[in-house]
Amino acid sequence: MSMNNLDLNTPIPPGKDQDMILNAVTDEIANRGFVIAKADKLFNWARSGSLWPMTFGLACCAVEMMHSAASRYDMDRYGMLFRPSPRQSDVMIVAGTLTNKMAPALRRVYDQMPEPRWVLSMGSCANGGGYYHYSYAVVRGCDRIVPVDVYVPGCPPTAEALIYGLLQLQKKIRRTSTIARG
Amino acid sequence: MEQATFPLDNVKQALSGLIEDVSAESGEVVVRCAAAHIIEVLTALRDEPTLAFDQLTDLTAVDFPSRPYRFQLVYQMLSITHNLRMRVLVSVPEGEVVPSVRPVFASADWAEREVWDMFGIFFAGHPDLRRLLTDYGFEGHPLRKDFPLTGYVEVRYDDTQRRVIYEPVHLTQEFRDFDFLSPWEGVQRDIQTADDEQESAT
Repeated sequence: MSMNNLDLNTPIPPGKDQDMILNAVTDEIANRGFVIAKADKLFNWARSGSLWPMTFGLACCAVEMMHSAASRYDMDRYGMLFRPSPRQSDVMIVAGTLTNKMAPALRRVYDQMPEPRWVLSMGSCANGGGYYHYSYAVVRGCDRIVPVDVYVPGCPPTAEALIYGLLQLQKKIRRTSTIARG
Repeated sequence: MEQATFPLDNVKQALSGLIEDVSAESGEVVVRCAAAHIIEVLTALRDEPTLAFDQLTDLTAVDFPSRPYRFQLVYQMLSITHNLRMRVLVSVPEGEVVPSVRPVFASADWAEREVWDMFGIFFAGHPDLRRLLTDYGFEGHPLRKDFPLTGYVEVRYDDTQRRVIYEPVHLTQEFRDFDFLSPWEGVQRDIQTADDEQESAT
């Protein structure tokens, strides 16, 4: 059995079925030295399995973002580790109030991220200005500055909510059937 | 530690001829003086050993649009030596230049920058009077009462110019003024009516 028939959108739970596939793949490598898989599925598997977020904490949401990375929820389980540099990141979590003064900096950091890249807007302020919607100094939603893939509501969203948003993003990535994103 | 009584006479003596008024408001000592004398007043309060107000904890301003002297500068003083606090008030009309107290208290540096940013009060002799908090190239002074809440400009990324641009404010959601009583007052009234009903039932 080759990986051609494998549907990567639905994970296979541990058990007889999973063992069968794993054994088949191992046999294939042992016998022929290679396995065949669909390129886009393989890419999506790799991309969604190592989403490295940029630390872009702007306000109190950043604290919840830290909680989701700490030992209780441990984002590393999903292969997500925070990177301090946009050059090494795949997803930017806009966590907090985006002010007019910060907007050009946010855009510049987004532009520095390599393709493919995704943006997750975390919390009311990043989604649409939130509490500061009418303020003279706040951007009414970070989607005015960068294209957003997933919006996580809440003020601030809990660490679980952020994890759920990231899992939704993984789902979205696995759904795409193009290799280049434009 | 027992709270010492405020040496009001020492303040009056140290500042004689410099101030307009000394008063106690809600148990706090308040001194009013003219803008021209502020450096001398703060220096005297700092250097008089029986007072030793050696820390300027805060410097801010209030806007009263209806007054002829529109702005009121508030200097909050702390004497660590004597465990005392007091306040110096300076009334300033719009456009008047106030001497900077940066040479007397280093903590006034950013505080004066913030007051300049938020109220547009100019401090003469400040080494670097730039805006502190608002955006680069921001126009207006947000804490003035005549400044509109939503300001004049908003930002957006422009795909063709490939940069963040400024545009006049356009609100998609109309501003809502929630002009009603506190919900807690409503709750209290309901409790009262419930109590009355209970009383009339018994």
